[in-house]
Amino acid sequence: MAAPLVSAPKRVRRGDVFEVKTLISHPMETGFRPGTNGTIIPRDIVQKMRCRFAGEAVFDLELSPAISANPYFIFYVRAETGGALEIEWTGDNGFSASYSALILVE
Amino acid sequence: MIMRKPVAALLLASMAAAAFAQAPADTRRSGFDDMSPALQAIQMDDFANPAALWLAEGEAQWNTRTGSAGKSCADCHGTPATMRGVAARFPAFDTTLANVIDLDAKIDDCRTRRQGAASPPHESRARVALEAFVAHQSRGMPITSAAEPHLDASVAAGARIFRQRMGQIDLSCAQCHDERAGRHLAGTAIPQGHPTGYPVYRSEWQAVGTLQRRLRNCLSGVRAQPYAFGSPEMIALEAFLMRRAAGMKLETPGVRP
Repeated sequence: MAAPLVSAPKRVRRGDVFEVKTLISHPMETGFRPGTNGTIIPRDIVQKMRCRFAGEAVFDLELSPAISANPYFIFYVRAETGGALEIEWTGDNGFSASYSALILVE
Repeated sequence: MIMRKPVAALLLASMAAAAFAQAPADTRRSGFDDMSPALQAIQMDDFANPAALWLAEGEAQWNTRTGSAGKSCADCHGTPATMRGVAARFPAFDTTLANVIDLDAKIDDCRTRRQGAASPPHESRARVALEAFVAHQSRGMPITSAAEPHLDASVAAGARIFRQRMGQIDLSCAQCHDERAGRHLAGTAIPQGHPTGYPVYRSEWQAVGTLQRRLRNCLSGVRAQPYAFGSPEMIALEAFLMRRAAGMKLETPGVRP
């Protein structure tokens, strides 16, 4: 599996709102589809996505089987103090991926 | 000077008129032109395009040493920029293999013969990712199809298949993609079928796939026995479609519905 792709600025001005784009490689198998042999393909989705910035929670997200493969999320964060932008994905079958990068606030 | 200027202007005007008269307006349209603005926006934004995941994987493969030779693509070819233009001229006649092959087969030949690595199955993620990464280097370049006897023969064979009615539904490619392009088939717009964006991210697949996979979709759509991956018929169809789209710009990785 490829690492998640995340686009975020390296430095932002204090108080500014910056955009974060995330793209993660995942089949997001719904658990409702029958396979070629007629039996149901077990569910395999990303269940949770968590984002922290400078130690503070930005959001906790619960994903559902209705979300397409390779989930793509864009969100906005206000920069008060600099710190690490940490994003974590967890899901079925022990799936986990994470991303972390320092963002400078000046 | 005073005399020359109008003459030069007149000459230019007549040259422009001649060029205009010789080349009728190109009515060919990439599938991109007929997509919804939302899908077009996904293709135009390199980050929103999910194919970015495959490109990242392809780039990692480019730099990874593998196989019994312990070589990476980069060890022989250098930077990926050396691949610029390569995807635009395939399928092509390969003198070593003495056959007309497509980009997928060329990469696979390199992988097995030069790297001594195992060949991943057709349409597997690893195989498609590297092809997409190589083809991406040619984005924006016009498709070229060399006038070469072996390739010409393959193009002619492809043209025959394109016009051959087949399957339980008894349809030829040409009946939809030449004669009824722009109209609808069960609510879906019929494109002209130019292979400008391959490998593409197709939302129906929720994955990146090659032109051969797309052709097999259409073949099973008319309930014909799809040609095998890498079969001479497939290569011929690809060669014909690239000749038909010669001059159009590559968009790899495209996004299609």
